[in-house]
Amino acid sequence: MKGNDVTNNDNGTATGNGNGNGVKRSSNPLSGSMDRMRDWWAGAPQWQRWGVYVALIVGALILPAPWIGAFMSPDNDWTTVLFFPIGVYMLMAIGLNVVVGMAGLLDLGFVAFYAIGAYSLAYFGTEYGWNFWATLVIGVAITAVSGVILGAPTLRLRGDYLAIVTLGFGEIVRITANNTDEIGGARGITNVPHPPDMFGQKFLFDPAPYYYLMVATIVLAIIFSRRLEISRVGRSWAAIREDEDAAELMGVPTFKFKLLAFAVGAIIGGLAGTVWAGQANFVAPNSFPFILSATILVAVVLGGSGNLPGVMVGAFLIAWLPERFREVQDYRILFFGAVLVLLMALRPEGLLPSRRRRAELAEGTGGMGSMGAEVAGPTSDPDMEVSK
Amino acid sequence: MTGSPEEKGGAHREAPALLELDDVVMAFGGVVAMNQVNLTIREGEIFALIGPNGAGKTTAFNVVTGVYRPTSGQVRFAGQRIDGMKRYKVTKAGVARTFQNIRLFHNMSALENVMVGIDAHHRTGAIGAVLGMPWHYREQRHGRERGLELLEFVGISHRAHDTAKNLPYGDQRRLEIARALGTDPKLLLLDEPAAGMNPAEKQSLQELIRRIRDDGRTVLLIEHDMGLVMHISDRVAVLDFGQLLAMGTPSEVQKNPKVIEAYLGAEADAS
Repeated sequence: MKGNDVTNNDNGTATGNGNGNGVKRSSNPLSGSMDRMRDWWAGAPQWQRWGVYVALIVGALILPAPWIGAFMSPDNDWTTVLFFPIGVYMLMAIGLNVVVGMAGLLDLGFVAFYAIGAYSLAYFGTEYGWNFWATLVIGVAITAVSGVILGAPTLRLRGDYLAIVTLGFGEIVRITANNTDEIGGARGITNVPHPPDMFGQKFLFDPAPYYYLMVATIVLAIIFSRRLEISRVGRSWAAIREDEDAAELMGVPTFKFKLLAFAVGAIIGGLAGTVWAGQANFVAPNSFPFILSATILVAVVLGGSGNLPGVMVGAFLIAWLPERFREVQDYRILFFGAVLVLLMALRPEGLLPSRRRRAELAEGTGGMGSMGAEVAGPTSDPDMEVSK
Repeated sequence: MTGSPEEKGGAHREAPALLELDDVVMAFGGVVAMNQVNLTIREGEIFALIGPNGAGKTTAFNVVTGVYRPTSGQVRFAGQRIDGMKRYKVTKAGVARTFQNIRLFHNMSALENVMVGIDAHHRTGAIGAVLGMPWHYREQRHGRERGLELLEFVGISHRAHDTAKNLPYGDQRRLEIARALGTDPKLLLLDEPAAGMNPAEKQSLQELIRRIRDDGRTVLLIEHDMGLVMHISDRVAVLDFGQLLAMGTPSEVQKNPKVIEAYLGAEADAS
């Protein structure tokens, strides 16, 4: 009568067999030093942490220096590359990380929010002559609403189905832009306003001010998502990612929090679009292809889904590597692909994974599970009788 | 064995009803998992639901916690209808549960698991968290303190910062109870809490269940371990093939010929 209670546990995780594989891979030198760094970080006093923050920001500010650029980007203007693609990708990756890494919802149409942010600035800036900052606020509101509009009907779906619908959403936005004359159709919108002068900096053709604006936005986005992560909101997202049914039965309004994840991700993605459009001066539908969604997702997964520093490193590499190796022009996508395949084969949890995500991957249900066929374990467990 | 529960049963017989199932029918296509079940669980009692496998016990839990909407009939909690209510609202109303197969958030720490439960009554949203509003910090602190308290209460406070899945099996069961208690339930549903435990663990589980009741909560449990059931329950209900077979104090139920028959039958299907 009692036997099947224990054996039916095809979660495979509950009964001791998951023993300590949370940190098992520390034999790998990279993870080993990462773990040591993380332990140090966890125990570091406040002033040391602030020291690191300040050092990072100072580092970001001196990054455009020519002597760094000479190595990092010999072919193109380094500051421009730092703004786009590197900065834009990083910001988008931080946004997508909220959706994919924290809440475990696979979104393949993230570029839609980037496009909506860019088009908000372009449209309101050119049609109504609104100033950059005003449209930034409007743009944020519009992208948040669009996140909710996408989420409300689709978040009842899970895993693969959600991925397909979001992919469709990304395409819908691009194709709609392509066919709406009001926003320029396939020709797009030109003369998108630059941001007004700030701190004596003119936002014109010099990429430096845009880069600093991008750094400020990224810092803001980091604070934003980090604060959410360690709050009730982040805990609820983690619970949803791990076991949506159990989370709801523990009082988590899962639908509301999933919507919130979409909205927050959308806001950050939209910010990236707005800031980018302020520099690019020109937006058109073909700036927002599906491949950009895929690239940002790759950045998140490659860097270590759920871990902010990892995700940013991932985005940096994805943006920078193809720029750096322009000399091999025709082959660089091939190399790029090969590097990705290698990395995913050797380090499926990403370069700098969060500990929790590493554990989820190691046990085989959570990792790709919470990326794709989310919570495969519990819902396929016949004994639970919880899935409707 | 029979003395004390009967006294307690007597003491609680007059207590007001907390959970009422009225003619609840739960059918899945042609399979009727619950057939016109009537149950009343009174405040402050330990009530056990027993029966052979497939009798509809877990289905009953799922109906009460809002996982299923009953085909017909009513479920009332503290006088308020909860059938068809959203699951998290049922939890907020004061019904919490554990699972037959442990369903912790395996890769979160023990403390975080409990904090998710405690969060059920917290209100910090995205804006409060991002702007670092005072209530956000207050709720964070409350969550941590209350979480540690509950871990202490179930006896695993030394594992607070361990990842849930690295806890030993018995501790995981306790953690599930702590997480459910985090939601501050009036009614706690325990789905086979003693499954897979050794006699010593069962003994301390029994004490834990008593302490939960003494804290002013009502406990409804599904359990196959008859020793445990007979020992701690004030009243017992027996389900068989979705039908309510018998209800009463443990000693009454034990003597009931229909129950004996059902269990002899259960022996024959040797599951």
